[in-house]
Amino acid sequence: MPSIREGGNEVIVPEPSRTKTEPARALLAVADLRVAFRQDANWVPAVDGVSFHIGKGESFALVGESGSGKSVTALSVLRLLPQSGRILGGRAMLGDRDLFALPEFAMSGIRGKRIGIIFQDPMSSLNPVLTVGRQIGEALSLQRGLKGRALKARALELLDHVGLPDPARHFNEYPHQLSGGMRQRAMIAIALAGEPDLLIADEPTTALDVTLQAQILDLLKRLQRDTGMALWLITHDFGVVAELCTRVAVMRAGKIIEQNGRGFFEGPEHPYSRELLAAMPRLDARLRDSEVDFDDKAVDARNPFLRASGGGTVDLTEGGERLASAMSRDGIKKSPLDLPRLAPSSVGSRMERPEREGIKAPLLEVRDFKVHYPIKKGIFQRTVDTVRAVDGVSFSLERGETLALVGESGCGKTTLGKGLLNLIKPSGGRVRFDGEDIAGLKGEARRKRCAEMQIIFQDPYSSMNPRMIVGDIVEEGLRAQHPGIAAEERRERVEDLLRAVGLPPEARLRYPHEFSGGQRQRICIARALAVEPKLIVCDEPTSALDVSVQAQILRLLRELRERRGLSYLFITHDLAVVAALADRVAVMRRGRIVEMGETRQVLFEPTHAYTRGLLAAVPKLRRTGPSGAP
Amino acid sequence: MIGYLLRRLLYAFPLLLGINVLTFILFFVVNTPDDMARMHLGQKHVTPESVEKWKRERGYDLPLFWNAKAGGTEKVTGTIFYQKSLGLFLFRFGRSDDGRDIGADIGQRMWPSLAIAVPSLLVGLLVDISVALLLVFFRLTYLEFWGVALCVAAMSVSTLFYIIGGQYLVGKLLQLTPISGYDTGLNAWRFVALPVLIGIVAGVGSGARWYRTLFLEEVEKDYVRTARAKGLPEPRVLFAHVLRNALIPILTGVVVVLPLLFTGSLITESFFAIPGLGSYTIDAINQQDFAIVRSMVFLGSVLYILGLLLTDISYTLVDPRVRLG
Repeated sequence: MPSIREGGNEVIVPEPSRTKTEPARALLAVADLRVAFRQDANWVPAVDGVSFHIGKGESFALVGESGSGKSVTALSVLRLLPQSGRILGGRAMLGDRDLFALPEFAMSGIRGKRIGIIFQDPMSSLNPVLTVGRQIGEALSLQRGLKGRALKARALELLDHVGLPDPARHFNEYPHQLSGGMRQRAMIAIALAGEPDLLIADEPTTALDVTLQAQILDLLKRLQRDTGMALWLITHDFGVVAELCTRVAVMRAGKIIEQNGRGFFEGPEHPYSRELLAAMPRLDARLRDSEVDFDDKAVDARNPFLRASGGGTVDLTEGGERLASAMSRDGIKKSPLDLPRLAPSSVGSRMERPEREGIKAPLLEVRDFKVHYPIKKGIFQRTVDTVRAVDGVSFSLERGETLALVGESGCGKTTLGKGLLNLIKPSGGRVRFDGEDIAGLKGEARRKRCAEMQIIFQDPYSSMNPRMIVGDIVEEGLRAQHPGIAAEERRERVEDLLRAVGLPPEARLRYPHEFSGGQRQRICIARALAVEPKLIVCDEPTSALDVSVQAQILRLLRELRERRGLSYLFITHDLAVVAALADRVAVMRRGRIVEMGETRQVLFEPTHAYTRGLLAAVPKLRRTGPSGAP
Repeated sequence: MIGYLLRRLLYAFPLLLGINVLTFILFFVVNTPDDMARMHLGQKHVTPESVEKWKRERGYDLPLFWNAKAGGTEKVTGTIFYQKSLGLFLFRFGRSDDGRDIGADIGQRMWPSLAIAVPSLLVGLLVDISVALLLVFFRLTYLEFWGVALCVAAMSVSTLFYIIGGQYLVGKLLQLTPISGYDTGLNAWRFVALPVLIGIVAGVGSGARWYRTLFLEEVEKDYVRTARAKGLPEPRVLFAHVLRNALIPILTGVVVVLPLLFTGSLITESFFAIPGLGSYTIDAINQQDFAIVRSMVFLGSVLYILGLLLTDISYTLVDPRVRLG
């Protein structure tokens, strides 16, 4: 848990940046903005005295975690708050006009015309039943008074300008027919239709894949250069800020706690900013982590061969050979980096599980695994074609190992995870788990086996039954797998599990909605642990969470792996998370694994062109010198 | 899409057969052919011979499902079920138990039913949606609060009260329309006006409240915020964006009942003495006229299946994301 000191809310504004752009010349100057939301009978403050300004043509970033009030600040300026929100005080001066003093009808001359905005999720932010052309046309006719052919020409021009391929075709299409990146481009085109002086980008790339994110950021940079408009970026991702912005304000609990120029990345002054910056997973995290975090004991626990060994000795040669052969089967050269793990000093470790027959085999061995979806047509629904979501994937996973499965959305990584657990029916291939072919199992035997493979889903908000208390959610699997355990003992085990994931045992009696996103993910982890699995498939477990929460969850997963000797199949699109957790990485594309190897090797010496493309797209924190500051 | 529709029509056959069997069983669990005969012949002075004669004349002297005495295919075809129910699939309704041609009756009686039901539905829909949009436009004001309170009050009152109250107020006190009855041709409008008006008033409370919740669900969505961020004024946001999306759930409720308008309303028609299909059905049930009951149930089922098909098709028209395949 990040410890924030008592005086954490103190605002640190360095003198230079305050004097550099005088508020008089500012395009937008927000002063002492206070916003509250009604919850039952109370008003809960969301923004609490925020002041900042944005100069003409400037790019300004408002950074903070979810719930810090950054999006609320933007919506307040446009007076687009949801119904339960109220602006309690402050001013928002656009030039010499106070936006909060204008009558509602005058706001249509501001929204879209002077200030454009793009939102986080381009799918839900576009009207699903109107064509893209219609939605842009609406803005153009309103703000620019265009009609008929001129309107269409301008709309096509805009779509072309935001880099939408083949605008004439997409003009008549609906949002669901466009890909995520194209939708966000269409959204940007709508925001640009009124040729605004200020473009607010509210988490514009959070919902997008990393390669798309890079394209959209490039686009925003180009548009800003071409049109000279100011950009107000709202994000939780410092990488994005570093790409785009010249001035940064950090928000926390409704207050701006630090404002600075590019000097911010040199060394943030507020401890919270420093923590935020530190919490961001980086590609080079692994290298630092392995120096700090993983002491001998940790390495020991993660070592697949040591944990399995019965009498406290292990044939290193054999282990090494097996590793080598396992890896060469996967077509990957054994990395010398792996050898230190087999240090003799750690050989004497105690084993926790009894020896088994199949102990020599890897925990999970997948051969030529396939999940195909049929495409059916005609009156009798004959299968005319198949979607090859997972198309012949082979890999193996050792005990205590973490294999990251990386790829863009739609590459089949989630389908693969679900297929392995038989949550989706696989179409072909072999899955050996703990030495047993689980594809052939049926009924009770299969059910027992299933308990040893668990899954944690991406969205902790929707993956728990909202009408069950946490205790029941955690206990359910336990009760199904071991009906013989007495209620009293079950309760104790549930409390132990909650403690193990860092929650108080009293959480047992509460409902999921009473917890934050990070806490809910902890509950999901406890639920998965309840049946004592050997393997947990983690399907993007942190991508719905804030960076600092993400860091905590990753730390928890790491601890649990070490303490309980778990293996993870970690599905993610975030390469920085991979660096923090994975031993090996498999890169997936269009249902196939295109590259697999040691984390270090894949992240720093990728061999496949696609991997290199993925890596290049990750926004990086460049440590710019003082000259980088405005 | 054609393939989808054909497939759905094929599904309809087993469904209709099942409905037929169920209606048949339900009816003959309660009644025996003997009961039916006594009902028609009157309770007094009925000889067993006249009951047998009544049954023979109308084909009710056969076994229900299985004719053990007959030979060959007659075992199946020589039953009440086969002879009375299967002709329905060709829309041969046959004769009612008192000898009238059911097909002709239906053809004649559906027009009064439609004259009441169609305007009630369409005008009612328009009124409900308008009231709901107004409530949403004035959301979080006292106007909305009292509007919703009024809706709740209106939907809490029984339909029967609206009918009798309306007849008393409009028909008797104000003498604007006849209290009940029907006329042929265009003169019918005087008799139609009051039931339609009452139908709309009785429905506006629940209708407007239901549509309001649909609109409110849409009005806080992200794409509506985008529409406002473009600078669109609120009425245009409501009409061009909210209404268009809320139409999708509204259609589910409306299109499915469109074909059923033919069969009319049971309560309204009997209270206003309208000679439509609703009162026809009620009378048939009261007289234990199996021939009419099974015809109306079959017709209702066919129309309902048709309604579901129409709903599917209408989805593709209002929601571009939906494709039938």
